[in-house]
Amino acid sequence: MYTQALNANPDAGDRTLEDAALVARFQERIDDEDRIEPNDWMPAAYRKTLTRQISQHAHSEIIGMLPEGNWITRAPSLRRKAALLAKVQDECGHGLYLYAAAETLGTSREELVDQLLSGKAKYSSIFNYPTLTWADIGAIGWLVDGAAIMNQIPLCRCSYGPYARAMIRVCKEESFHQRQGYEIMISLSKGSAEQKQMAQDALNRWWWPCLMMFGPPDAASMHSDQSTKWKIKRFSNDELRQKFVDATVPQAQYLGLTLPDADLKLNEETGHWDYGTINWDEFKQVIAGNGPCNRDRMSARRQAHEDGAWVREAALAFAEKRRVQAEAA
Amino acid sequence: MAGQTIPLWEVFIRSRNGLSHKHVGSLHAPDATLALQSARDLYTRRGEGLSIWVVPSNAITASDPSEKGMMFEPTASKIYRHPTFYEVPDEVGHM
Repeated sequence: MYTQALNANPDAGDRTLEDAALVARFQERIDDEDRIEPNDWMPAAYRKTLTRQISQHAHSEIIGMLPEGNWITRAPSLRRKAALLAKVQDECGHGLYLYAAAETLGTSREELVDQLLSGKAKYSSIFNYPTLTWADIGAIGWLVDGAAIMNQIPLCRCSYGPYARAMIRVCKEESFHQRQGYEIMISLSKGSAEQKQMAQDALNRWWWPCLMMFGPPDAASMHSDQSTKWKIKRFSNDELRQKFVDATVPQAQYLGLTLPDADLKLNEETGHWDYGTINWDEFKQVIAGNGPCNRDRMSARRQAHEDGAWVREAALAFAEKRRVQAEAA
Repeated sequence: MAGQTIPLWEVFIRSRNGLSHKHVGSLHAPDATLALQSARDLYTRRGEGLSIWVVPSNAITASDPSEKGMMFEPTASKIYRHPTFYEVPDEVGHM
């Protein structure tokens, strides 16, 4: 569903040890829009940055199943339930494509999963908010997936081949997610006063956290320059955030809902919608583990991993038994 | 069993008859049967294929990218292998 700009600065020390000629040739390939493939030479910092970004993205997909999974058994109709189930299954698939892409950089799946479960690795801040009503499922599809698409489309042209290819698959599947969410919002907005209020309440709670999904403002973002130079990142956080706001305002107007920002207004000069100040303290708190649901998400994930251990062990033991039998025959 | 890793498989899919199988990605599975089932769930949720191959990743022998110059250079210098190398008079028409 989404990757967030959470990476720390790549270690400068990694670069000093590397052959300047190799580094220069690598940058030339990037500048020529050549794609980097798994066994190609790459700077250690490029490998580290990508491993971190792709695995964080994978973790976000996996954790992202939890807030929506909360409503599968309570979806209001069989049609809605089938669609939500398919969407959550897609998120799992996206997580798996991305883990596979991250593994091509040399870190094993087991290590990546351990990093998530131990809390060493981060995932998108947005999944630490609760899904209180059915309207939240609509708001997540419309806004969270909408923001994710904004962010992910440029990643289809990322310089690292396996990541770009995974993102192409993800983006193809993601547009159904946004549409199913918006359809839920339309139904609620056209429903009873109570249903419309439910949709407005969900929008009020999800709007600001969605704007935070694009990461810190450009002025405060320290790693963007290097990622841009490596063509991992093609647009800045603020550019993508603005695109999202501009795309979403008319969609909210169609629903007859109000975006919860008194400062939101069309800037006649730039043609863009100016928006109010984002509460970055809240963002930092959520990233630091103090959001409304951080502990729930992590304990649910750990529990699922532990509960599945016997299945993994049994499947491996069975495969081994079959292998021995085949050899004996 | 602790510490044992689940093997990696490469997945190839034939999208329709008449086309060859194409590499689509990879996955982890304990054996071939589960690899095929996971490949179905992971890579064909929207009618992407009619046939799946799964191959243990460690069974693939790959060329070394750092030797691609030496490996592929001989074809680059043999332009006479391409039809455009030869001249056909206009009067002869399409050949």
